[in-house]
Formats: sequence, structure tokens, C-alpha cells
Amino acid sequence: MFDFLFYLFAVIGVGAALFVAFTPNVVHAALALVPTFGSLAGLYLLLGADFIAVTQVAIYIGAILVLMLFGIMYTHNIARLSGEQVTMQVGAGLVVALITLFSLVAAVISTDWPVRELSEPQPTVRRLGVLFLTDYLLPFEIASVLLLIALVGAVVISHSVQAGKSKDPS
Amino acid sequence: MYSALYQLLYSTLETLLNIPFWLFGSHVPHWLVFIHVSLILGGVCMMGFITVLALFSVWAERKVSAYMQARLGPMEVGKYHGWLQTAADAIKLLLKEDIVPAGSDKFLFLAAPVLVFSGSMISYVVIPFGPHLKIADLDLGVFYILATSALVVVGVIAAGWSSYNKWSIYGGMRAASQYISYEIPTALHLLPAVLMAGSLNMSQIADSQAYYLGDPSQPFYKDFSILNWAVWPWINPFATVSFILYFIASLAETQRTPFDLAESESELVAGSHTEYSGIRWSFFFLAEYADMFVVSALGTVLFLGGWHGLPLIPPVLEFLLKALFLMFVMMWLRWTLPRLRVDQLTYVCWKVLLPFGFVTILGSGLWQLYLVRTPAGWVAGTVLMAVLLLAMSRIWKSEPVPRDGEMTAAAASA
Repeated sequence: MFDFLFYLFAVIGVGAALFVAFTPNVVHAALALVPTFGSLAGLYLLLGADFIAVTQVAIYIGAILVLMLFGIMYTHNIARLSGEQVTMQVGAGLVVALITLFSLVAAVISTDWPVRELSEPQPTVRRLGVLFLTDYLLPFEIASVLLLIALVGAVVISHSVQAGKSKDPS
Repeated sequence: MYSALYQLLYSTLETLLNIPFWLFGSHVPHWLVFIHVSLILGGVCMMGFITVLALFSVWAERKVSAYMQARLGPMEVGKYHGWLQTAADAIKLLLKEDIVPAGSDKFLFLAAPVLVFSGSMISYVVIPFGPHLKIADLDLGVFYILATSALVVVGVIAAGWSSYNKWSIYGGMRAASQYISYEIPTALHLLPAVLMAGSLNMSQIADSQAYYLGDPSQPFYKDFSILNWAVWPWINPFATVSFILYFIASLAETQRTPFDLAESESELVAGSHTEYSGIRWSFFFLAEYADMFVVSALGTVLFLGGWHGLPLIPPVLEFLLKALFLMFVMMWLRWTLPRLRVDQLTYVCWKVLLPFGFVTILGSGLWQLYLVRTPAGWVAGTVLMAVLLLAMSRIWKSEPVPRDGEMTAAAASA
């Protein structure tokens, strides 16, 4: 059962990711991220990480993907540009891709993958909450301050744009 | 009567679930059982419930609107007040031509209604209809429901974009931005109830509201746990405010009036599903009513005690009564209030719901620490709420302040 679900999610995830990479239509590429992220969430769920799985759906599909879609939709005529995809900087891209591939393969080979029976999945929310407020309080606070900085930054940027407009004599 | 019905349902379900074991004996492959069980639970139970619910809430909506506008509404089909009207409509929709507009993105156009509907359908997995009637008792229930609405957003955008129609795309964008901006206040206003229960699990939240005030072993408290719902001010006045504001935010989440800018008929024809017809259009319709029930059920479980509280009513029926009452209030508001403008929409979200959300979370946290379940807390909560209600009634009665170029009724008549 575990194997069946694992291969199901793996095939869906890799297939959708390949579609994202190779489709010429940018909207299709963005929407194909739904099965990619969804199957990743399924894999997390298989590993007993239920909180991470639900967060994956909420953040990646609910926020990041929707942000991408907004960006695409507010860009003028972006779907028409789909035929004009060109591959630029082949050499540099190839170097980066090869380095990534090499390091990934090296990592896969050099790790000895320990295999053991899965224990019964435990509820994670309570333990995560306790850990966040005890052992990992500092990273948690840093992350929230970082998000706050981003929020304030967004407000400042949009405000300065508006102020610039209002100074305009017209 | 009730237990006989329960028995019948239970044995039917058991029979359906056992089919693969009859066919293959005990050597049935696990993946087949998995697919079979998901088909039975998802396809038969949930689809059946959502369809019946949507059919009758559409009928109820038409009757409610008719009553509020001094009309009769549907009266013919099914003899009694036209109760079969929407079933007839559903059959008509099934038989209608499935039109795919030229220039549309075919695959996405066909897939979008499925995405929208499955997004609202998978929320039903964690809704506890009764103490034992739930599909999955997820530890993350509330968070799960909030996360699954992401699929609806993506589906709505896909529907709007793939239709190749200006109204559709504007409707889709409006709907999506409304969804994602109102998701924040919705989540914030759910948190006080989660704080009070100390859990995200829906059944645990419902159970935590059974015995706040008294000793659970006393039969009196068991029968009258109606006084223990999280919504009551003597339990936690901040949760009372949260419940009202959660309800407002959930109206926006489900695109109901006064927040139905995404499908405002006078501007956008029908929003993101302008181009849809027949059975695909009805999927959007089903999703809308399914969503209404989900947010009502969430409010019921978190604030109105789920299936606890009223004496003498079977738990499942009680849960359904509360959730359907909240749905009725949504219909009531739809035919009472005018639509907001887009600036009012953002104003309500960012300047009303959000600040109040932070206040209620902080307040109910402090309340839980110091005042909950103490006599001082009961008195303080009740007095606080009484003062608030009095102040609100004063505001309600007072003459609206005239803005520039506006005349009050008194000035106009004078």
C-alpha cells in the first residue's frame, strides 16, 4: 500500500514537473504546479508529516502559485508570447545544470540510505507548537520578524509610488 | 425511529465497503481496497450529501428570496410548494448542450469546474456530523479546511482565464483576490475558538464545548450544555466578537452578497463562469452551496458546540440544524443587503476584520489565562457583552451623520 501510494505520487509529481519545464504555455506551466505541489504534499503525508503536508498545500498552492498566476494575468498578452521562447546562455546554463546534477548524484551515491519499518504516525501539531516556543524560539521569532520586514517593505514601496504620483502636477 | 435509520445506513455502508472482499476473498490487493473505499466514501456518501444539500438549499434560497420580496417562488413541481423544482432543474441541466467557446483553452476550460468542485468537496473529509459520523478525524482539521480552499482559488482563476472572455477573467481575478485577502481574517477569527479548545481537531473542539461550566457527571450539565458554547460571552466575550466577524469573513470567502463582487450580474454577467453551460455550470453552483455548508459547519463546530447543547435532539440532527440555520442567515443577508464597492471590500478586510482579529486573539489568550471558568469571568463577560449590545443599539438608532451633499431623511422632509 505504501509502495503503491509512493510510486503514484512520485510519478504524478515528476510528470507534472517535467510538464512545467517543457510546456510552451506559461499559464499551463503555472497550473501544472498544482499536481506537482499536491503530490509533494502526498509524499510528506506518507512520511507522517501531516502538518508539513497541509502547510505545503496552503503556502505553495494557496499563496505562491496564486501569486504567480496573478503576475501572469496582469501581464499584457503573455499567453501570446508563448511561441517565442528562446534558450539563452546555453553554456552558462549547461555548467550550472551539470554542477547541480553532479552534486545531487554524488549526494545520492555517498549517502547510505537507512531502511527501517515505519512507526505508526504520531500527531505532530502539539509537539511542533511546543518545540517552536521552547527549543526553536529564536528561529521562529527571526522568521516572523523577517516576514514583518517584508510586509513593512511592501507598504513602504507602494506608498512611495503613490506619493510620487500625487506630486505629479497633472 | 432514529436508531433504525442509523442501523439501515450503517449496514448499507458496510455492505458497499465489503464488495471487494466478496469478489477476491481475503487476498484482495490493498490498492484496490484503497480505491474502492475512496470511491464509496467520496463518490457515494459525500457526493450524495452535497447534491441533496445543494438541491434543497437552492430551493430554499428561492423560497426565502420570494418570501422577502412578497412573491411565491416556485410552486408547481412536486405539488407541495414546488419542492421538486430544483431536481427538475438539475435534470434539465444534465440534458443541456455542453458548450465550449471557440478560442478557449479547451483542456483548462473542461478541467476548471472539476478543480473548483473537488476543492470544496475535500473539505467534507474532516467535518464531524456527529460523534461518530465523520470520514477522517484529522488532527489538523481546521487548518486542513483552510488549506483546501487554495484549490478553489486556482480553479476559479483557471476558469476565468480559459474562457477567453473579458468578463470571465475579471470575475476570476476578483474572486481570487477576494479569496486570498479574506482567508487571513477568516483564519484569525477562527483562532480564539482553537485557543479555547487547545486543539485543531474538529471533534475535540466540539467536545471541549460540552462541559465548560460544570461537572460532566451531573446530568443537568449534560442536557443543558447549551450554555457552554464558545460563542457565549460568559465563556469568552472575545470569541463572541470573533464568531460574528468570522461569519462576515466567511460570507466573503463564499462570494455571497454583500461580497459578491466577483459575479456581480450588473457588471460582469456571471463572473468566472460566464461561459459555462449545462452540467459544468452546475458544478460551480454545487461548489458554491457546498462551500456555504462548509463554512457554516466550521462556525457550528468551533463556536456553536457542534452536536452538543440542545437537549432531546439526536446529535447529527442537531449539528445539521445549526449549520443549516447559519446557511439560512446567509440567504437572509443576500436578499437584504446591497453589494459593497471594491474599496469598501478592502476597507472591511484590512481596517475592520484584521485589527479586530488581532485584538480578539490577544484578548482571548489573556482571558484563557486569567478569567476563564471563574465567577469573575462569567460576570465580566456578561456585563461586557450587555454594554456592547447597548452601545450598538444606540448607534443603530441614532440618525446617520450627513456627508457632503447628502440629506438626512428629517432634513429632506422639512
